[in-house]
Amino acid sequence: MISQFFILSSKGDPLIYKDFRGDSGGRDVAELFYRKLTGLPGDESPVVMVTTGGRRHHEGRHFIHIRHSGLYLVVTTSENVSPFGLLELLSRLATLLGDYCGALGEGTISRNVAVVYELLDEVLDYGYVQTTSMEMLRNFIQTEAVVSKPFSLFDLSSVGLFGAETQQSKVAPSSAASRPILSSRSDQSQKNEVFLDVVERLSVLIASNGSLLKVDVQGEIRLKSFLPSGSEMRIGLTEEFCVGKSELRGYGPGIRVDEVSFHSSVNLDEFESHRIIRLQPPQGELTVMRYQLSDDLLSPLPFRLFPSVQWDRGSGRLQVYLKLRCDLPLKSQALNVRLHLPLPRGVISLSQELSSPEQKAELAEGALRWDLPRVQGGSQLSGLFQMDVPRPPGPPSHGLSTSAPPLGLGPASLSFELPRHTCSGLQVRFLRLAFRPCGNANPHKWVRHLSHSDAYVIRI
Amino acid sequence: MPYLGSEDVVKELKKALCNPHIQADRLRYRNVIQRVIRYMTQGLDMSGVFMEMVKASATVDIVQKKLVYLYMCTYAPLKPDLALLAINTLCKDCSDPNPMVRGLALRSMCSLRMSKLDQWGQAEVLNFLLRYQPRSEEELFDILNLLDSFLKSGSPGVVMGATKLFLILAKKFPHVQTDVLVRVKGPLLAACSSESRELCFVALCHVRQILHSLPGHFSSHYKKFFCSYSEPHYIKLQKVEVLCELVNDENVQQVLEELRGYCTDVSADFAQAAIFAIGGIARTYTDQCVQILTELLGLRQEHITTVVVQTFRDLVWLCPQCTEAVCQALPGCEENIQDSEGKQALIWLLGVHGERIPNAPYVLEDFVENVKSETFPAVKMELLTALMRLFLSRPAECQDMLGRLLYYCIEEEKDMAVRDRGLFYYRLLLVGIDEVKRILCSPKSDPTLGLLEDPAERPVNSWASDFNTLVPVYGKSRWATISKCQGAERCGPELPKTPSFTASGPLIPEENKERVQELPDSGALMLVPNLQLTADYFEKTWLSLKVAHQQVLPWQGEFHPDTLQMALQVVNIQTIAMSRAGARPWKAYLSAQDDTGCLFLTELLLTSENSEMQISVKQNETRTETLNSFISVLETVIGTIEEIKS
Repeated sequence: MISQFFILSSKGDPLIYKDFRGDSGGRDVAELFYRKLTGLPGDESPVVMVTTGGRRHHEGRHFIHIRHSGLYLVVTTSENVSPFGLLELLSRLATLLGDYCGALGEGTISRNVAVVYELLDEVLDYGYVQTTSMEMLRNFIQTEAVVSKPFSLFDLSSVGLFGAETQQSKVAPSSAASRPILSSRSDQSQKNEVFLDVVERLSVLIASNGSLLKVDVQGEIRLKSFLPSGSEMRIGLTEEFCVGKSELRGYGPGIRVDEVSFHSSVNLDEFESHRIIRLQPPQGELTVMRYQLSDDLLSPLPFRLFPSVQWDRGSGRLQVYLKLRCDLPLKSQALNVRLHLPLPRGVISLSQELSSPEQKAELAEGALRWDLPRVQGGSQLSGLFQMDVPRPPGPPSHGLSTSAPPLGLGPASLSFELPRHTCSGLQVRFLRLAFRPCGNANPHKWVRHLSHSDAYVIRI
Repeated sequence: MPYLGSEDVVKELKKALCNPHIQADRLRYRNVIQRVIRYMTQGLDMSGVFMEMVKASATVDIVQKKLVYLYMCTYAPLKPDLALLAINTLCKDCSDPNPMVRGLALRSMCSLRMSKLDQWGQAEVLNFLLRYQPRSEEELFDILNLLDSFLKSGSPGVVMGATKLFLILAKKFPHVQTDVLVRVKGPLLAACSSESRELCFVALCHVRQILHSLPGHFSSHYKKFFCSYSEPHYIKLQKVEVLCELVNDENVQQVLEELRGYCTDVSADFAQAAIFAIGGIARTYTDQCVQILTELLGLRQEHITTVVVQTFRDLVWLCPQCTEAVCQALPGCEENIQDSEGKQALIWLLGVHGERIPNAPYVLEDFVENVKSETFPAVKMELLTALMRLFLSRPAECQDMLGRLLYYCIEEEKDMAVRDRGLFYYRLLLVGIDEVKRILCSPKSDPTLGLLEDPAERPVNSWASDFNTLVPVYGKSRWATISKCQGAERCGPELPKTPSFTASGPLIPEENKERVQELPDSGALMLVPNLQLTADYFEKTWLSLKVAHQQVLPWQGEFHPDTLQMALQVVNIQTIAMSRAGARPWKAYLSAQDDTGCLFLTELLLTSENSEMQISVKQNETRTETLNSFISVLETVIGTIEEIKS
């Protein structure tokens, strides 16, 4: 069970502190945590840490934490607990805090201290979890969240999704999805909205000869509902959706994933026959379905990179020519594409020739950063980069041929977002609500698809 | 079949149940209830009369009670709020004088399945079930079948809780355990690529735990454990460890290829971890790995070269077949090694295998030339030994510089250990070359050590109880230190603080003294007072015995050794020798004997950098119970001292 829970800002300032059992030393434990975290030896993991030595009442206290939106959410316990359970609780708490206070951050938390403490009181009692269900909690939470800016439908035009930590959401978070779930007492007029997002994370590893070593897609269907709890909805997925290697559906290759898991509240009666998911979601955020897909990707990869490197060891001149081809369908496009290429130590100058004016390239932290704000499907872009590398100390090596790339060059990695595109091909066919709000306009339904890169690495 | 008119039937039955005339007539009342049960079995929804049926349970008629309870157990899940009303009656019945009624009530209460548990409740129940010991095999498999659905839960906490329960319940059925581990593979792999890094880390730790018992378990999924550049350091390190452990004939090529990529990572720590990992794999796939390691030397990077050479040193000791390749790769390395560990490894290799490395004497000569500016004593020691060895195989090239080195070590060196070692070799050489050969020419490899180092697959049962706890996350050895510290803390405050403390007065009040001796609860240990052991005898016995027990207690700050000595005297532990106060490292040697004549010899050690006291105990007869008792006495005394000074 949990002794204490606290939230620290990224600088270590305590924002929230709650002691559940009174069996521990007191508030300075938060400070102790931050000191331990910052002074941790490189080969130890910060996820679970233990106090030893020091003051006796802190002896043998385990810290378990997650980092979320720059905040540390920490629990302490003196028991040998289930780490899976605790981490799950912490991420659930992060979601709940987001649901109640709006997008998590230092500001949101400090503006809504009262809500947070109220919430913690209900979720945990004497260190034991009572409930984390939105429906139960909404009966008890009285405080209204303080929102920083009023919500406007115009904000919906930006792509930012509520859960995915994509670059864009960091830059321009969509305030529609980040606003809190309003409590039952506030006015009902603008509540009838539901967001359904299909988000895929793509990990790819391509060998230097261009062969594909690894593809991994982690997909999620996330729902954020502002509708009254218990209103039934049906989500129709692509009918050719196959689970496992052996299943065959529809014509052609279909859409195949290796494994699927659903939220426990999902009703799957119509899933086998029609690929329809039924559920009665509570207000707030919910991951309806998770799926994974490895190795067998039916659609082509979004990007191919054709690098060529010329390296003159004698003069220290390094020339890198990168050609990037986007294999998305012609109508689709990739946003915020950034190529990151680590360079040998001590590279000084950079000269560049880029194929179009809106691109940018610069040296940053020992790496080349090539930004392409927008890449159209089927297009091809290129950049020629020349750098000077200082000669490594010592006499020239005999073992290495001069054509081999210098140490520290590569591998290249790409980060990007593909709006309205899923790599697996999975689509939401429809989102139907059984519920009709009395007298009010139809609820707004927002269905969005997005793929983004988790790690897209190309060896050079 | 009255399916269609069911509403009327319910209405009619409700009326009948409420009718006071019927209620007064036991037989008629029972008849109506029987009708309700009959309709219920036919599939009619009878939940409408739940309230009336609950009222009917308050009766002395056992038959009626049984019928009502049957009804309640069926409909309780549908009407959880109304079922609460029945609890009152059930509780009352639990204290009924009639044992039959009590039993009935208890059984019914147990079968009331009410609101479904959420994931936190499920995890809690699964954890609680760990305490249950099934009475028969049949019951065991019933339980497993019942809990099967939890393995498919969407919550990792529940899945892991269920897995642990399965592993523990099926401890006598290895095939069931394996089966469960196969089923948990999917959820674990999903957690390993989860967006939450913390979850990913914990899952990786558990994957490693499973690999210890089932090395091939994740081999086909090796790509899942490839590192991505954006991951934090601690996840990368875990993934490299996992890759190391799941390598097999089919994936070794790809895994090595991947690891080779990490060796040039910008983070020096990560690069070194990857090189050590390749070194680990080299014990099985020697040729491929040695080739990769040799190529890495060509990069001429200090942080890479030093680790590669250390890996080589360990490798030739375990896998002598690679000696030739290693010897060919070594020339030139010395230019890129600056740290102590790397130098030691290189010098060791040059000394032991110098006859196969043409320029070995010249490399060592460079080290001898620069010995004055060498900062690490360990390097000088290694250099002495290596040069002595090389002198035996290549005397002509080494004689001169060996002389210079010995002269330097004996005449100019400030470090005592190095000087003593120099003197030792000097005297050894005086004895004659044959004697030197006999002493220094030990075997150059020990392939059997490799087998000892990685013990055979550990049975699942050895870690099943650690699954889904913090133990795999910390690692078993770290966990052992953590729990020992906690154990010491717990037994520390057992004794109340002694208020006044004078050298002349009794150290520990009389009643506490009793407790100290009786603390090991067996009472079997009686230490004899006034044991007089000479320091010589102690030393001789100490050297001839093996350490029977070693542990570490937390220790902070300064204290007075006399206090400790007196405290030990009170419990009949004699102090043979002790460092002065404040010395670092601080040592004390203690002895004690119990009434059966068993001797306990103890060393206490405080080093400067650690805030802990290391205790090593030797015993002249192997007896675990008395040893444990002795150790707890010792712990108590030390805990008390720690308590007093803080």
